[in-house]
Amino acid sequence: MKTGSGRYDVCIVGAGVCGANIARRLSAYDLDVVLVDKESDVSFGVSKANSGIVHGGFHHNKKHLKARLELQGAMMFDRLKQELDFPFRRCGIVVAAMHEDEMRAIEQLYMQGVDNGVIGIEMCSRERMLELEPKINPDTLGGLWVPGGGIVEPYRFVFSLVESAKKNGVEILTDFELCAALRAGDEWTLRAKDGRTVKARYAVNAAGLFADEVSAIFGAEEFTIKPRKGEYYLLDRMTKARPDRVVFPVPTNISKGMLVIPTVEGTVLIGPTAEALDDKTDLATTREQLEKILSSARTMIPSISEYDVITSFAGLRPTLDEDFYIAMSQKAPDLVQVAGIQSPGLTASPAIGEYVKDLLKKAGLRLREKVDYDPFVGKRPHVKDLSPYEVDELAAADPAYANMVCRCEKVSEAEIVAAVRAGHTTLDGVKYFTRAQMGRCQGGFCTYKIIKIIMRETGLSWQDISKNGGESRMLKDAL
Amino acid sequence: MKELNFDAVVIGGGAAGMAAAIELDTAGFSCAIVEREEGLGGILGQCIHNGFGLIEFNEELTGPEFAERMEERLTGSKIASFTGTTVMEMDARAEIKTLYCYTAKYGVLRLNARAIVLAMGCRERNRGNIRIPGDRPAGVYTAGLAQRLVNIEGLVPGKNAVIIGSGDIGLIMARRMSWVGCKVHAVVEILPYPSGLTRNIVQCLHDFGIPLYLSHLTTRIIGKDRVEGVEVTPIENGAMMHEKAFVIPCDTVLLSVGLVPENELSKTAGVELNPMTNGPVVDSMLMTNVPGVFACGNVLHVHDLVDYVAEEARRAGQNVARWLKGDKPSREARLKAGSNVRYLAPSRVDLDRDNKLYLRTLIVKNGAMLEVKVNNRVVKTQKKSHIQPSEMITVELGPKDLESAAGSPDPVVEVSIN
Ligand SMILES: Cc1cc2nc3c(=O)[nH]c(=O)nc-3n(C[C@H](O)[C@H](O)[C@H](O)COP(=O)(O)OP(=O)(O)OC[C@H]3O[C@@H](n4cnc5c(N)ncnc54)[C@H](O)[C@@H]3O)c2cc1C
Ligand SMILES: Cc1cc2nc3c(=O)[nH]c(=O)nc-3n(C[C@H](O)[C@H](O)[C@H](O)COP(=O)(O)OP(=O)(O)OC[C@H]3O[C@@H](n4cnc5c(N)ncnc54)[C@H](O)[C@@H]3O)c2cc1C
Repeated sequence: MKTGSGRYDVCIVGAGVCGANIARRLSAYDLDVVLVDKESDVSFGVSKANSGIVHGGFHHNKKHLKARLELQGAMMFDRLKQELDFPFRRCGIVVAAMHEDEMRAIEQLYMQGVDNGVIGIEMCSRERMLELEPKINPDTLGGLWVPGGGIVEPYRFVFSLVESAKKNGVEILTDFELCAALRAGDEWTLRAKDGRTVKARYAVNAAGLFADEVSAIFGAEEFTIKPRKGEYYLLDRMTKARPDRVVFPVPTNISKGMLVIPTVEGTVLIGPTAEALDDKTDLATTREQLEKILSSARTMIPSISEYDVITSFAGLRPTLDEDFYIAMSQKAPDLVQVAGIQSPGLTASPAIGEYVKDLLKKAGLRLREKVDYDPFVGKRPHVKDLSPYEVDELAAADPAYANMVCRCEKVSEAEIVAAVRAGHTTLDGVKYFTRAQMGRCQGGFCTYKIIKIIMRETGLSWQDISKNGGESRMLKDAL
Repeated sequence: MKELNFDAVVIGGGAAGMAAAIELDTAGFSCAIVEREEGLGGILGQCIHNGFGLIEFNEELTGPEFAERMEERLTGSKIASFTGTTVMEMDARAEIKTLYCYTAKYGVLRLNARAIVLAMGCRERNRGNIRIPGDRPAGVYTAGLAQRLVNIEGLVPGKNAVIIGSGDIGLIMARRMSWVGCKVHAVVEILPYPSGLTRNIVQCLHDFGIPLYLSHLTTRIIGKDRVEGVEVTPIENGAMMHEKAFVIPCDTVLLSVGLVPENELSKTAGVELNPMTNGPVVDSMLMTNVPGVFACGNVLHVHDLVDYVAEEARRAGQNVARWLKGDKPSREARLKAGSNVRYLAPSRVDLDRDNKLYLRTLIVKNGAMLEVKVNNRVVKTQKKSHIQPSEMITVELGPKDLESAAGSPDPVVEVSIN
């Protein structure tokens, strides 16, 4: 696709959910686009560890760009799911009030939702709340019901977007850590730490937590992204405490509070906490915060038990100001800034793709629709979702569909092989793509099998097998 | 879809599954073993250390040797074994039960049987289950996974290890890792006493100069890409001594923090579980609440010796054969865990036959007394020179011991330790 000079029309820095949406949107046009990321796989930044909620459009006032993009983005998910086949479901959101003064806040949220044009939003009595979500604490006084809210597997969403973008000609470069950007004429030369370079006419800074540093590399605006940590517990799919809806508390000024989330894939997520930090790589969980999560989640769903916990993790919100900062840079030429994309960034991301495309167009990028643009990616079978009869049929063509690798999440060898062949060659990459190692045994049984499949499929030696790239090597010696 | 019929199907081809199948075959019933891995033997295959078979074969064998002996008994039998085959679904509601088994060899295999034996073993508890906070770098393994990597795949997970939990698997791995050139810096145990067998403390730690920190909690795992250390906090008089916390540098953490019977499949078939063991509740025939579904070995409750697994599974196999012939216990009594007893398996005894019970205690004690009461009257006592939670205790109860239960409508047999 790319012209002989090795020059791209657009280089997008950061393959999180924002970069992936922008890349995929641009792939509909006759353009040479490259998407680069410093990690060894896409979606290894903020986009891998969050609540996975397609928000309901009632938390923020319409005067904010983020509220408008949230509303628009949320509406785009149904079509995207049809095209891209990622796990997404509109299970609906309830917000539960536990005190009288919280009922007043519910009223305000309701008014804001109505003003934002949220479809089907409803103020609920205690009885209505219990009918909508029987697992909820019977002491609730009432709350809010937003039927359009949904849940999504964020990394699978990114993987599908990237797969679609690739299919339509976008090039992906991983382990590409941008460290220098030079402008000569109407062209950026972008250099990675390992010496590789790409040339591009336009650049997009979608670097999540590091958007401030990337902005500095471009000599563009100065700002500081402050990380705010959110810790979570993940509960086994066998838990009795799984709600049917996403259950929110009444939000505070700084965050939407700690939620109980029935993930699309059948487990339950509780969290996140909210804690301001300085270190953008600090993803550690702490005992104090985790205790908070359990007690807070139990006030909404009393049946939550610590015995159902299978793992914990944390994500960092890239906070800048109150709002998203998405605009052409005023200092560096032909650079789009996509920064401060904290919640509801995942929800808004399809609309961010649209918005950035329009900014680029206004800045002079010529958009000619590609005649052979194909918005669909092939459906991938998941043994977990199939009946024995369907698996038998699949196995007739490829017996590896009947060779089970991960028993907890029911993942077959064929699915692991597909992940590796799609370029997910680390253990975490395979995990996010297939769910293998994500269940109750957390890889106790299947890790060695996955290591062997990666080695077999890629020809990598044991030294190169890593958890998530870089120095995260799994093995230290061979006998 | 390929479909086959048997009198009984055994799920799991470890020590338990093989022992149960052999009994069924001996009794003349057609029987199949379904095993997920490529070979039989279960967890034995990776336990290349000595210490197996002292009771069963009267000699000290390694795990693979023990498995081989069992497999020898299988050859010559009519038992069908399906290896590389995972049971994915079980429908046990009707008299004829159906298993859907996935295998690269046949695709999906449908097996029908009148009886099912659950022998799926257990899985290891992991970091999430015991909720160790901190970073999530590479280099955190369960001890059993590390054992598999080293002993079967020939891959060494680390060069400087700390082992969390002093269970037998952890202790065995401390020695094994030392042998393959990994420095084991410590074994950290939250309890004031070790969970593993005394002989393993001596042979695996003392002989290698590996320190054992008792009453110490692992409070944090440190490291961005790969493990760089663990933070350990002493516990004194039940309180965490945060100011005395220290960091042990290492590149690997091995977790040996207990095993959980693998009963997800059982649950979906409506099998009732005992919350104390996470294994099925079984009657004196080792049959679950679902008629025709039996359980034995580590899926029933976690055993420390394979010899007990084999013994229990043999009884299960014999009982399945009895049940297939229409024989049922005519009179049973309920078993109750009395003071200082964590659990008893099975949950019922047959008043007319010899019963063997396995139990675990909650306490560590020298010179303890085990007491069996029938309807509150002591019928049997047994002196125990030393007891501890990690070592299983066995009790035998025959019709003579249980005589006094015969008359009452709902007899209760209580076992306690003092
Ligand atoms: C705890 C938490 C909960 C959340 N819950 C929700 C929710 O429920 N719903 C919702 O809508 N939103 C939610 N969000 C927000 C959402 O997750 C983010 O807005 C979104 O993931 C941001 O995506 P991104 O693409 O901007 O950033 P990222 O996913 O971080 O992508 C940026 C990428 O840039 C790469 N990069 C950085 N520097 C360089 C460099 N120098 N060179 C090359 N590449 C570089 C990084 O490796 C990274 O992959 C939540 C966020 C958090 C933290
Ligand atoms: C690391 C370790 C060290 C030990 N050391 C000693 C020792 O020194 N001395 C001693 O006497 N004992 C020791 N033991 C204990 C003893 O070996 C075990 O308790 C015994 O082998 C367990 O036998 P099992 O058949 O119940 O379970 P397993 O051996 O675990 O067998 C269960 C089998 O079921 C299969 N399975 C599970 N689910 C399915 C499914 N859905 N479909 C098909 N197949 C399935 C599994 O693949 C497995 O092969 C040790 C145990 C361990 C784990």
